[in-house]
Amino acid sequence: MAYALQQLINGLTLGAVYGLIAIGYTMVYGIIGMINFAHGDIFMVSAFIAVTAFTLLAAFDITSLPLALTAVLITAIFFTSAYGWAVERMAYRPLRGSTRLAPLISAIGMSIFLQNMVQLTQGARVKPIPPVLEGGIEIWQSGGFTVQISWTQIMIVVVTIALMVGFTWLITQTAFGRQQRACEQDSTMTALLGINVDRTISATFMLGAALAAVAGVMVTVYYGVVDFFIGFVAGIKAFTAAVLGGIGSLPGAMLGGLIIGLIEAFWAAYLSPEYKDVATFAILILVLMFRPSGLLGRPEVEKV
Amino acid sequence: MSAVIIARHARTPAERFKDAAWVAFIALLLGIPMVGLTTVDEGGALTVQTRFGMLGAFVGASFVGRFIFRWIIDMVRNRRAAKPAVAKADRTPQAVKVIGWAVLGASIALPIVFSDNRYVIDTATTVLIYVMLGWGLNVVVGLAGLLDLGYVAFYAVGAYTYALLFSHFGWTFWEALLVAGAMAAAFGILLGYPILRLRGDYLAIVTLGFGEIIRVILVNWTELSNGPNGIGSIPRPTLFGLPFERNPAEGTQSFATFFGLEFSGMHRIVFLYYLILVLALLTNVFVARLRKLPVGRAWEALREDEIACKAMGMNVTNVKLSAFAIGAMLGGFAGVFFAARQGFISPESFTFTESATILAIVVLGGMGSQLGVVLAALVLVLLPELGRNFSEYRMLLFGTAMVLIMVWKPGGLLASREPTIRLKQAAIKGGEA
Repeated sequence: MAYALQQLINGLTLGAVYGLIAIGYTMVYGIIGMINFAHGDIFMVSAFIAVTAFTLLAAFDITSLPLALTAVLITAIFFTSAYGWAVERMAYRPLRGSTRLAPLISAIGMSIFLQNMVQLTQGARVKPIPPVLEGGIEIWQSGGFTVQISWTQIMIVVVTIALMVGFTWLITQTAFGRQQRACEQDSTMTALLGINVDRTISATFMLGAALAAVAGVMVTVYYGVVDFFIGFVAGIKAFTAAVLGGIGSLPGAMLGGLIIGLIEAFWAAYLSPEYKDVATFAILILVLMFRPSGLLGRPEVEKV
Repeated sequence: MSAVIIARHARTPAERFKDAAWVAFIALLLGIPMVGLTTVDEGGALTVQTRFGMLGAFVGASFVGRFIFRWIIDMVRNRRAAKPAVAKADRTPQAVKVIGWAVLGASIALPIVFSDNRYVIDTATTVLIYVMLGWGLNVVVGLAGLLDLGYVAFYAVGAYTYALLFSHFGWTFWEALLVAGAMAAAFGILLGYPILRLRGDYLAIVTLGFGEIIRVILVNWTELSNGPNGIGSIPRPTLFGLPFERNPAEGTQSFATFFGLEFSGMHRIVFLYYLILVLALLTNVFVARLRKLPVGRAWEALREDEIACKAMGMNVTNVKLSAFAIGAMLGGFAGVFFAARQGFISPESFTFTESATILAIVVLGGMGSQLGVVLAALVLVLLPELGRNFSEYRMLLFGTAMVLIMVWKPGGLLASREPTIRLKQAAIKGGEA
């Protein structure tokens, strides 16, 4: 029982991270109707920026934790958003209005490029950082097993919830959110009404990248190691989460992330760690068989 | 349309300078965390190293590169605008046919011309494997319009079917070929069945997941697949029972002794080349024939408009399943050949990157165009080969090339999304619109 509770906590933490990355997929999909295949690699870039930033701070002897964490977050968000912007500008904007598959291929090319660039400039070895946030709360003890929530896990969950609330507000209440939703429905009409569609799309990519940046920092703190391949795995998982929840839906992305995080944690703990990815995809296929547009997705309107 | 763009791009030097400066600024932003700073492991702890020289070079190169690039593009555009607009001669089916025959002739002649250059023939064989895979995937993506990101799974099924049939039952290449094709087709139906209702990106992620499932199973089910170590010593195919060996077993003949030739390792290389050429050509003829049959036309109709197909009373389920099964079968054949050629397979050969490369070949070639697939396979296989001199940069170049080619020609090298047949009247109307 205690063991299960511990898995629940681990799963929720993992799910929160997947959810954060999945929102990036979902937002981009919502606005241009395409998968941003380089999104996972943007997350990986952010994790590397976080490693550099943490090391730099340590070199300058800045050890006050809230200060260091804020500084790293701001740095990562700033530079990663630039990467998000650049991906949109290079791989998507020139291809607006062409067939659906063309941007997909250019984004896959972008993803290969980013992976290899990081490998070349930062090295192929795993980068470990010293533990940033140690300790936690013991919440329950039973049968010699202690259930523990680490501070890092609490931080991840709190930050995720805060970002979720913030983003829901941004999308539903602000002028930018209105513009974004307008572009989603009909970008030509939106442009005719005097809204800069290009800028809105760029901003969406940057926001998605910013969320991936936060996730990248969290993962760096949580696992303490980073390598150039984490983007691919996390990207696929988060994309699965976005689709599972219903791509284009913000709460769906979060729900999908949580489900996938929980499945992974429990499957790895009770059944077999090797096959946890198989389980994830099998659940995805099962859900899509019965709800072809995801758990919270709107059914596609069929124009006849 | 193009006139509008030209007006926008004709720039003064000052504007061009500003544009290049903006690009350099972005390059600086992108470069600081990746190029300018890096962390190195020093005695167990990371320390930050600065590489400002490199960062400066990177930013400078971006500035100069953008300036020159913009300048050339503007020059070309201005020149084009100055010329009276001449109706571009369409690449008629006739011209495509001529190029097709020329490529075929060249590929038949290639081993004769380069008869002592093993490297060229080996590379050409690799190109042909990708051509075959591209033609197979073309059925699913190009013709039926179903986005498949896990095509490599069927390739793996084919390769492992042969490897397992050989290691457990001693089957030969030719015996295994058909069974492996059927096996891959069965997997195609297995994947196709649950996801018939899905479209677009949902389909993409499920196929991607399926590819990963197959790979993870191959890595972990050690009793079946020998896990990450792979399966080795898979026999090479024979020519009607004549193996390509130096010392054939007692009482049997090898290719060299049967024809009274001196043994040469090249015989096998050339034989493998011709074998995949024949397999690929058969694939091409098969697909071209299918396109003219009702099922081929149903695929194209499905690609254009699924709802209309349903409204016409078409059985969409069967059409999708047939596309998946046939595409998968062709991938399975290619897999068997791959296993026989390498003599060793492991799950590492069947990663998502491979699927992405095959998909890139189809899209880059121009969806649905058979010749386009050949050209794209040539480009995508030869690019990393040519990049071998800068070995560690080759994947970087590969990614860049994928982006650039797509931006340059979004419709693919040979864009021919034309339906195979259409009503004559409709064709005239469509041409004017």
